[in-house]
Amino acid sequence: MKMIMAVIKPSKLDDVRGALSPLGVTGMTVSEVKGFGRQGGHTEIYRGAEYEIHFVPKIKIEVAVMDDVAENVVTAIRENANTGKIGDGKIFVFDVAEAVRIRTGETDGDAL
Amino acid sequence: MEKRLPKFFSFISVTAILLSLPDVALAQGAAKFSGADTAWVLTATALVLFMTLPALALFYAGLVRSRNVLSVLMHCFVICCVASVVWLAVGYSLAFSDGGAANQYIGGLSKAFLSGVGIDTLSGTIPEIVFFMFQMTFAIIKPALIVGAYPERISFLGMLLFSVFWLLLVYVPVTHWIWGGGWLAEMGVMDFAGGLVVHLTAGVSALVVAVMIGSRRGFPREINPPHNPGYVMIGAAMLWVGWFGFNGGSALGANGSAGMAIAVTHISAAVASLSWMMIEWLKHGKPSLVGFVTGTIAGLATITPASGFVGPIGAVILGIAAAPICYGMVHVIKQRFQIDDSLDVFAVHGVGGLTGTIMVAFLALPSFGGLGLAEGVTAGQQLWVQFVGAAATAAWAIFASVVIVWIIRLVTPMRVSEEDETEGLDITSHGERGYN
Repeated sequence: MKMIMAVIKPSKLDDVRGALSPLGVTGMTVSEVKGFGRQGGHTEIYRGAEYEIHFVPKIKIEVAVMDDVAENVVTAIRENANTGKIGDGKIFVFDVAEAVRIRTGETDGDAL
Repeated sequence: MEKRLPKFFSFISVTAILLSLPDVALAQGAAKFSGADTAWVLTATALVLFMTLPALALFYAGLVRSRNVLSVLMHCFVICCVASVVWLAVGYSLAFSDGGAANQYIGGLSKAFLSGVGIDTLSGTIPEIVFFMFQMTFAIIKPALIVGAYPERISFLGMLLFSVFWLLLVYVPVTHWIWGGGWLAEMGVMDFAGGLVVHLTAGVSALVVAVMIGSRRGFPREINPPHNPGYVMIGAAMLWVGWFGFNGGSALGANGSAGMAIAVTHISAAVASLSWMMIEWLKHGKPSLVGFVTGTIAGLATITPASGFVGPIGAVILGIAAAPICYGMVHVIKQRFQIDDSLDVFAVHGVGGLTGTIMVAFLALPSFGGLGLAEGVTAGQQLWVQFVGAAATAAWAIFASVVIVWIIRLVTPMRVSEEDETEGLDITSHGERGYN
């Protein structure tokens, strides 16, 4: 099993979600996060004064999938979260040791 | 139109006499009770209280960071309550009663705790208790305006002490000088609803406090932007409505003077908002909400001293002028001088009030559609009087504010610790969080 964690632009969340459902992804965790990468921050102007915004709002998604679909999921996220501009985000893939569905006690593949 | 102003002036002097000698004046039949005037001033009293609670509180609360939102709301609310008590105890008496030999500079204590003021006591055409309440709402909003200078770092006790002493040592005497029959009133200073009394004194005092207690940590580069511009807009919109009572009520009567004051107030606010919007649009490419409503407040502060003297054309001119002047001053104070007058009390209120105070000397002329100066006074002479009035009130406000802060510091720190500041005043001073 793999845990795929991606930080993407907030405006691309719906596209990414739409692309993952056909791949058999049945669950996803979404968080509103802030951070910086190569894009750095930006400035906002209030009453003519510039404020440095160091941390840019992003969306973090976490999806646990079986090994055989992981590659496709990564590709789908990459294609659907891409705007070609700086700040599109990153995808990280981790190995998952165990998964348990709390209600039934099912494990691993059955739990996803 | 020209005849109305001298009438207004005589009304003011009659009021001043009445305040000092109500029984004598009544015996002479100089003033008659007016139900209409009373009804309007009662209404205006509620509108002006509304300017502090909740309008100014929301306006300021939206501009600070989310960890300090409750502290700013708390400041405005507690100042309302404590100023009311001070006003009842001695404030009103010192501002508006006869000070005897010292009357040029300060009133007396004969009306402390409203001594001798009953439901039949008149002040002009309205009951004195109504005049007292109307003026109390002004005494509330002035120290509350200064909240914008020191948020996010001031200690609660320091804020309370400063507000009380500022009210007694700055607001009360200056009010007496200009509205209570003191020396500036005798000179003929024109300050209809408080450009000098309210906005300039609060503005320069704000600057003094901001300098003396120091900047917020990280100012100016590492400060987060306003946490809730929506609050700022709601507060500004309520202030606009309340300002009708502030300026219109200052006519102290239900008449054309009150109507004109409201009309020019509204026009100045509208024009200044658009003027500020255009500046941002041209300069930064986007018209922002926070900037737009800051323009509204600049226009309202600027028209305040002029609101009973200018006509609609004067209001348009004041509105256009308000935005670039205040916009420029925000930059000068914060960037050039690096003074953390956090919510721009001086740049917007102080400078706006000063601009209106100076420009009224010309804009009150009939050629600008104004209601005219006092008989035999030229614009040049009036300008000089306005200048002296502004310089004197500013100088006194600065001096007294320095002394007040200096003395308070001997008793208690004016600032919270660095750790508390970083954590936010909501949780460290009040034990609550704005957003759970």
